[in-house]
Amino acid sequence: MLRSIQLRAGLIALFLALSIFFLVPTLVDPLPKWWSKYLPTDKINLGLDLRGGMHLLLEVEVQKAVDSMLDKYAADIKDSLTKKDIPFSKIERTPEGKISVALPDSKANDRFNQVRADQYPGLKVANFREAEGKFLYLLEANPKEAKGVEESAVRQALETIRNRVDQFGVAEPVIVPQGDREILVQLPGIKEPQRAIELIGKTALLEFKLVDEENSLEEALKGNLPPGSEVLYQKIVDRDTGVVTRRPYLIKKRSMMTGDVLTDARMRIKSDFNESYVSLDFDARGARLFDQITAENVRKRLAIVLDNSVYSAPVIQERISGGKAQITGSFTPEEASDLAIVLRAGALPAPVKIIQNVTVGPSLGQDSIDKGIRAAIIGSILVVVFMAVYYGMSGLIADWALVLNIIYLMGAFAAMRATLTLPGIAGIILAIGMAVDTNVLMFERIREELRLGKTVRAAVDAGYDKAFFTIIDSHVTTLITAVVLFQFGTGPIKGFAVTLSLGVIINLFSALIGTKVIFDWINMKKQLKTLSI
Amino acid sequence: MGIELLGKTNINFIGMRKYAFILSALLVGLGLLALLQMWRGQANLGIDFAGGTAVQLKFEKPLKMEEARKALDESGFRDSELQHFTEGNKLLIQVKKPFEGREEKVSEKIVAAFSKEFKDNKFIVESTTEIGPKVGKSLRDDAMIAVVISIIAMIIYLAWRFEFSFGVAATIATFHDVLSVLGLFLILGKEVNLLLVTALLTLAGYSLSDTVVIYDRIRENLRLRPKDDLAAVMNSSINEVLSRTIVTSVTVFLVCLALFFFGGEVIHDFSFALLFGIVVGTYSSIFVASPIVYEWRKGKKIRIRTKR
Repeated sequence: MLRSIQLRAGLIALFLALSIFFLVPTLVDPLPKWWSKYLPTDKINLGLDLRGGMHLLLEVEVQKAVDSMLDKYAADIKDSLTKKDIPFSKIERTPEGKISVALPDSKANDRFNQVRADQYPGLKVANFREAEGKFLYLLEANPKEAKGVEESAVRQALETIRNRVDQFGVAEPVIVPQGDREILVQLPGIKEPQRAIELIGKTALLEFKLVDEENSLEEALKGNLPPGSEVLYQKIVDRDTGVVTRRPYLIKKRSMMTGDVLTDARMRIKSDFNESYVSLDFDARGARLFDQITAENVRKRLAIVLDNSVYSAPVIQERISGGKAQITGSFTPEEASDLAIVLRAGALPAPVKIIQNVTVGPSLGQDSIDKGIRAAIIGSILVVVFMAVYYGMSGLIADWALVLNIIYLMGAFAAMRATLTLPGIAGIILAIGMAVDTNVLMFERIREELRLGKTVRAAVDAGYDKAFFTIIDSHVTTLITAVVLFQFGTGPIKGFAVTLSLGVIINLFSALIGTKVIFDWINMKKQLKTLSI
Repeated sequence: MGIELLGKTNINFIGMRKYAFILSALLVGLGLLALLQMWRGQANLGIDFAGGTAVQLKFEKPLKMEEARKALDESGFRDSELQHFTEGNKLLIQVKKPFEGREEKVSEKIVAAFSKEFKDNKFIVESTTEIGPKVGKSLRDDAMIAVVISIIAMIIYLAWRFEFSFGVAATIATFHDVLSVLGLFLILGKEVNLLLVTALLTLAGYSLSDTVVIYDRIRENLRLRPKDDLAAVMNSSINEVLSRTIVTSVTVFLVCLALFFFGGEVIHDFSFALLFGIVVGTYSSIFVASPIVYEWRKGKKIRIRTKR
């Protein structure tokens, strides 16, 4: 008997010590140096709802990536047919995600087919028709090719966003893919949510395009768009009044150069005007391209276009060969520095759409923790007092099991690096309820046995024995629920399931071993005639 | 020395089943109505299920609701819902218009409107939630699937430990509790959201273990008194564990009471659902779960696993 008690007491003490060991980083601040050097320093991980932060779910619009691949193919086919002197009547992108090609005669058709098979295995013929001696093709992306493009778009977007977040400077960000085309971004403790959203959501496609000066902007605004040009706007913010105006430009669609040739982008401040701007450095290819563009278009205006809005459209005064350029505009220093970050990190391969944003300010998070803890303490005190009053000395033993339970649960949380959320606190409450219930079940059983006239020891043993399977049944049913919810639930439901399953398992231990060992010990010390229960 | 709330009782619970069934039918009917309303999109679904935008503001000074209304009307969010938490001068604004990407900048417009209207009462944005319709639907579906699978798993376990009729009856009793709370929320116009679903799951777990405890005693007594009438066995079983049922309910109720009064506005409705749910759950495990088995199995032999 003594040996068994010692064994069980040792087990309880061991788990208690382990729990406290894992809880030290959460409770002690700052940690002693020797501790942080050799021992775990993870605090209990709080969910965004408790510590404050931003939770974003982004959908990568992969179709756009496929579309831009088709754009490239269309331009490419045009080039190679021209180069090979293969006549064609039309090569066009249709809005339905296809390329339509028309060839004037069968000779051209044969040669085109040859080129198509050799150079464009990524395209397949969706529709072919011969009419009035002409050969008409509708080409579309190979499903396999399209899938590859979609997957790599998501992968690249993930990489780019990770880069941007890293440069923005957020501690412990979570950036993971979810499903086929979604990206989950969690930024704990973020102070300027709007700025972070701008930074993450921006496609940041930088393009250099010529302003169309041969055609009239007025005509274009009336709807008579010259082919190959489009109207884009510049947003102008009056710094004093905050009024936003939009200035239209007629811009040639063809992009001369894009942001992929950048090696660096930095925020700078013009000393004389105290105005922020972004300086750009090009790589060798970019420098050569820029040199060529500026040389061929002196006196013309070159628009700097980011995500289809014009930032500036300066006149090219002379050939620029240094491989440097700058983007000016009415930037605040923050805007300029964020723009520099997105340009440095590169463009997203396809636009992303924010489909879920849950942002909790640090004050609300703290408020929830404070109130949650206060409520939990008050609730626990109520229960502890109730048990002590209702069951006397035995109630105190139950209270001891309850305290043991809470310490174990917290310790397990810290050790497993599980995340505590608000629904998680709900799970803890249910677990506390079950812990109390386990004791109530046994005590009521013991009372019944005592009423039958059994001795204290016999009643305690019989009570535990008989209540045992009831306790197992009720715990297993709860555990089943918890495990299924964990497996199939998302977000808050998962957080709830984690605490509940941990709570159920720990409770089985602390109730069946934690309290029983005390009863056994008391019984061994002296033969009790009566039991306070 | 402890005290005893209830001595030895001898209440004829099975005999009262007709009244209980009428009351329960009412509760469940209301709950089904709530489900129907949810399905028709008429119920007060939270934005996490319906999609939309929510902004919570915390002001420095107390504010008047009329002024808040005015700010929203002027900025074109007439249909938005307002919830005012006087403690801490907090205001929750919900726009249940599908959130279709950030182009519309709903949350920014709301904040701008309030900055204009409340020039001399500074505020901070405590939380912003924006949920697209697709996300809302998948959250809803995921919650459904999780609940259904866990219920099936429970029936299987209970059918194995007891008998099929017990598993089904326990499930009905659990559904009964969940539907009752949903019905109450419908009547009170309270919001159905993910946090409520968690509360309902908590409740389901609680009510189920309550029922299992009673079933366990019935099984034990059936074994001890194989010749007795089923109603008599059930009655004495429920009476024997009655004080345990009440005591446990009281303690859990106390914890939830603390949550309700001190837990803050985020979990206020949550703890309210739990408080009501505990009462219904206790009622259903006494008055509903066993009587269903009785109606089902009366006059027939119950084949319960004799080995434990």
